[in-house]
Amino acid sequence: MTVKKISKIQPETFKFTEDNLIHAENEIKKYPKNKRASSILAMLYLVQKQNENWIPLAAIKYVAELTGVSYIQVYEVATFYSMFNLSPVGKYFIQVCTTTPCMIRGAGKIVKTCKDHISKNQNEISENKLCSWTEVECLGACVNAPMIQINQDYFEDLDGDKAKEIILELLQDKFPSPGSAKNRKNTSPENGKTTLLEVKNA
Amino acid sequence: MLKDEDRIFKNLYNDLGWNLDSAINRGDWSQTKELISKGKDWIIKEIKDSELRGRGGAGFPTGLKLSFAPKTVGSRPHYLVINADESEPGTCKDRDILRFEPQKLIEGCLITSYAISSHTCYIYIRGEYFREGQRLQEAINQAYDKKFLGKNACGSGWDLDVYLHYGAGAYICGEETALLESLEGKKGLPRLKPPFPALVGLYGCPTIVNNVETISVIPTILRRGSKWFASLGKPKNTGTKIFCISGNVNNPCNVEEEMGIPLKDLIEKHAGGVVGGWNNLQAVIPGGSSMPLLPKNVCETITMDFDSLIKAKSGLGTAGVVVINKDQDIIKCIARIAKFYKHESCGQCTPCREGCGWMWRMLERMSEGEATYKELDLLYDVTKQIEGHTICAFGEGASWPVQGLIRHFKKEIIKRSHEEPLIKKKSNIPYLIDQHLLEEDNA
Ligand SMILES: Cc1cc2nc3c(=O)[nH]c(=O)nc-3n(C[C@H](O)[C@H](O)[C@H](O)COP(=O)(O)O)c2cc1C
Ligand code: SF4
Ligand code: FES
Repeated sequence: MTVKKISKIQPETFKFTEDNLIHAENEIKKYPKNKRASSILAMLYLVQKQNENWIPLAAIKYVAELTGVSYIQVYEVATFYSMFNLSPVGKYFIQVCTTTPCMIRGAGKIVKTCKDHISKNQNEISENKLCSWTEVECLGACVNAPMIQINQDYFEDLDGDKAKEIILELLQDKFPSPGSAKNRKNTSPENGKTTLLEVKNA
Repeated sequence: MLKDEDRIFKNLYNDLGWNLDSAINRGDWSQTKELISKGKDWIIKEIKDSELRGRGGAGFPTGLKLSFAPKTVGSRPHYLVINADESEPGTCKDRDILRFEPQKLIEGCLITSYAISSHTCYIYIRGEYFREGQRLQEAINQAYDKKFLGKNACGSGWDLDVYLHYGAGAYICGEETALLESLEGKKGLPRLKPPFPALVGLYGCPTIVNNVETISVIPTILRRGSKWFASLGKPKNTGTKIFCISGNVNNPCNVEEEMGIPLKDLIEKHAGGVVGGWNNLQAVIPGGSSMPLLPKNVCETITMDFDSLIKAKSGLGTAGVVVINKDQDIIKCIARIAKFYKHESCGQCTPCREGCGWMWRMLERMSEGEATYKELDLLYDVTKQIEGHTICAFGEGASWPVQGLIRHFKKEIIKRSHEEPLIKKKSNIPYLIDQHLLEEDNA
């Protein structure tokens, strides 16, 4: 289990924008009429989208009212799932996968790059307020290890140098292009396919 | 080696395009209406005859599972839930299906929903797969536009709605009952079983939960026939399987191969061999992090199917093959896996919540040479106290890799662990407090 820090600085109120309120209503419609609670996770994502990628306590209360459940149920959900940030993160939020398949292909070097260039400890925001980083568990892209996730995108087939290039760009407020740093085709073997050599759309 | 014509996922690497039109060109959605018109019993019997086993890790016979859904719908609706939570370290196969072969999954959802009398299907996708989810949503929209979903889906006479539901970063939500809790908007805490989801699942209604790959192969099985599928692989271990080969290989990749392929072929033919050559191989985790590792001598001859791997005291699991060569510290590798389980335990059961932390701390000490010689037995004892004493199979998944390490690398651990017991020695190594409280940012 993880320990989550809840931001000491909290806004007084939270409300969805009109757009997000429409999105929220659409989420609720996915589930049976009396099961609005099912949309809590989707709502919390909308909160993060609206609120610079973190969830203030006022929003937890707001989501509870919107879904008709108790404050504590939404609070429990917000603290249980690792993707919900309860304190501010950088504009570019870098998640470094360090689980064994990434570890044995050099994830440690990426962590070091983050420490050297962003902040000494994880979950601290860089001096210029643009980046923060954290170590995470397997992101489900192990054959493209080592890899990191920046906001919503995967950056794959990295090494220490490539990770450094990416992070230096982010620190200058530029978003590099995601995908494989080796330009290989998705999860196919790097120096040529061994299967599906002659398939075409029939 | 499997012939290309027998591969189900022809667009595994997205050479052909993921959208509906190219999927139709590849043969998806052909004769779907006719297949459905043959009836529920026929569909379930075909799946049973194909001997398809679940691709989510446990290898449960899929046809049998589908037959557990009540035959007629009573006062409660039935649900089909697709498990796209894919979080087992070493596994990244469902991701390729979601982004490159989404129509196979969607067509599978329609056929399976019909077979279990469900009008609503939820696909539970891990939150990190945001882009894959976007892609899948686009594919679902395309299917609606073509009237393959919705009222009278694909002209079959059956109504089906498919919805996407994002998880939010919790491995345990891959466990099917935790997944249902999460789908209901709660913490992902596994439920006690029985009752099983087939009778009491989502919102207390009959629910079938299946893995993405399982559902995605069903349309092809029905089209080409259960005999064709069963002719691939070995008896009770039939068909094809997507293997993910990661770690210390020259060309890590995903590849669809026949069940029962020799592990050595997978590594040498598809993944470009072990880094440093075959003799530099130390061990392989054959089925995702929960499965005990295999030492090199077993890797020489082992074949990759459920039953052969169980015989070798491991398992096929999710077929996430993690190759570890001799340049790695094997104790560190497993210690990191133990840390994963410590991080992901939902905390409901004491043996799992506390035991995972114990295992991790002991393994860390062992890898650093700071463990005492008595701890090896203690470590084994802890794994045994977790295994079989918990609400869900996470307990087994956490203790098996550690047992595998002890089984095959006992000498290595003993070589490094020669400290005297700490009680006698003054030492700063914390023994009984949870180490994560010492990590600066959590204190
Ligand atoms: C801790 C734990 C994690 C699991 N994670 C997943 C997962 O990420 N994806 C998955 O399909 N099955 C996962 N499973 C297996 C599911 O509980 C379930 O058996 C599976 O989805 C059934 O589908 P199948 O019969 O098609 O394999 C997990 C099981 C456990 C105990
Ligand atoms: S075994 Fe672990 S993960 Fe499963 S219910 Fe118990 S505490 Fe939770
Ligand atoms: S271990 Fe890093 S993506 Fe799986």
